[in-house]
Amino acid sequence: MQLIPCPWCGPREEAEFHYGGQAHVAYPEDPSALTDEEWAQYVFFRENPSGPFAERWSHSAGCRRWFNAVRDTRTHDLLAVYRVGEPMPELGEKDQVAS
Amino acid sequence: MTSSVQPPGAHLPEHPDFLWENPEPKASYDVVVVGGGGHGLATAYYLAKVHGITNVAVLEKGWLAGGNMARNTTIIRSNYLWDESSGIYEHSLKLWEGLEEDLGYPILFDQRGVLNLAHSLQDVRDSVRRVNANRLNGIDAEWVDPAGVKEICPIVNVSQDVRYPVLGATYQPRAGIAKHDYVAWGYARAAHAMGVDLIQNCEVTGMETSGGRITAVETSRGRIAAGKVALCAAGHSSVLAKMVGLRLPLASHPLQALVSELLEPVHPTVVMSNAVHVYVSQAHKGELVMGAGIDSYNGYGQRGSFHIIEQQMSAALELFPIFARAHLLRTWAGIVDVSPDASPIVGLTPVGGLYLNCGWGTGGFKATPGVGDCFAHTIAHDKPHAFNEPFTLERFTTGALVDEHGAAAVAH
Repeated sequence: MQLIPCPWCGPREEAEFHYGGQAHVAYPEDPSALTDEEWAQYVFFRENPSGPFAERWSHSAGCRRWFNAVRDTRTHDLLAVYRVGEPMPELGEKDQVAS
Repeated sequence: MTSSVQPPGAHLPEHPDFLWENPEPKASYDVVVVGGGGHGLATAYYLAKVHGITNVAVLEKGWLAGGNMARNTTIIRSNYLWDESSGIYEHSLKLWEGLEEDLGYPILFDQRGVLNLAHSLQDVRDSVRRVNANRLNGIDAEWVDPAGVKEICPIVNVSQDVRYPVLGATYQPRAGIAKHDYVAWGYARAAHAMGVDLIQNCEVTGMETSGGRITAVETSRGRIAAGKVALCAAGHSSVLAKMVGLRLPLASHPLQALVSELLEPVHPTVVMSNAVHVYVSQAHKGELVMGAGIDSYNGYGQRGSFHIIEQQMSAALELFPIFARAHLLRTWAGIVDVSPDASPIVGLTPVGGLYLNCGWGTGGFKATPGVGDCFAHTIAHDKPHAFNEPFTLERFTTGALVDEHGAAAVAH
């Protein structure tokens, strides 16, 4: 089973984690000002790259805390994990996250 | 003892004719279909047959029908909840019923029926509602109680003394399975015979537009000019759409399936259970074919996590105790493009001449003939067919969603 390095608990089995989709999608600052198109983008549209992807995970059967990860969706390699509130770590040129 | 000795195999007949050829791509086509799976091949077939458009290329980055077309669990049914879905899925089922004759090729289409099990009171209510909706749309559907489930499929464990007891099921007798490879080969052969170029090992790496209109695709085998481009790339749709700056509301996930070794016929129908994430049929050769739920994370690697298979097997064993001594032969994964409302996106795009067929998620196989027909119509007339008109990209802005999570769930 794949091990996911929780930034608080260290490497644990994938089955302990819950997936949270794309990271760094902020709630709109002024929701009432959004057009229908902008709401659609916020609610339904996410990046779906073949390659490095910044995403959220929750260690739901462990410390129960959310964190962010950069994972290559082609290989499932975890390139980086970092705590919520921390900036995304610098990655090599070939591991740039699509946005 | 020299010239009279023949090499081994020399007495065998000649290699049979190939079903299609492998032409070099031409410099330009009226329509370029991206993706040589079931949907791409069917689209090309109906473009040629119904609309007389034969200057068509199907570009496939690997080999024909080697993606999800080779990886699905071949279940065909039309028992979806909403009128919009009934339209396109029932259209497809009706085409399946005449497809073998239409293609002149055996596809082993077998209408052995499908049971969708209910395991909770809410399941029961949703299922009965779906049966009623199906009937109003002229689709064969009935509600069967646990004894009825046992009668249709004697090996299902309907004991109430299990974690997820069977409280009943919806039953669609006209549902069934087909041999996925034969379907692809039948379409490929027929499309080739009408002049469609099937080009394998040809990956699209870019798209050219001019004045808001698509003009060409860049490929690993050179530039190909195109009057129109039709995307049938399932899990890779987002990657292709991004080449023209188009975002799609899709997430590509691994979806796993498995087969057992060959067994005597024990399973007369198709059994699906959304609640416990397993769906099972027995292929013509005798192997049990089982599908799982999707892996939770986005993935393009055509492999998933082992605990999904483990969970799927435990669900299968509770439903079918007779499988306890069966051996798992192999597991695999495809990449499914999951949309927010579990319904497909089929239609026009903001780019002129670029057409979109994606978002079928875990259940595209059953739609192969139906969407091929409707998508070809959309491309030929630059206007959606009535059956795919509700499935626009704009619905995610207008809010006119077609929520089929109940009928689709993980298990299309």
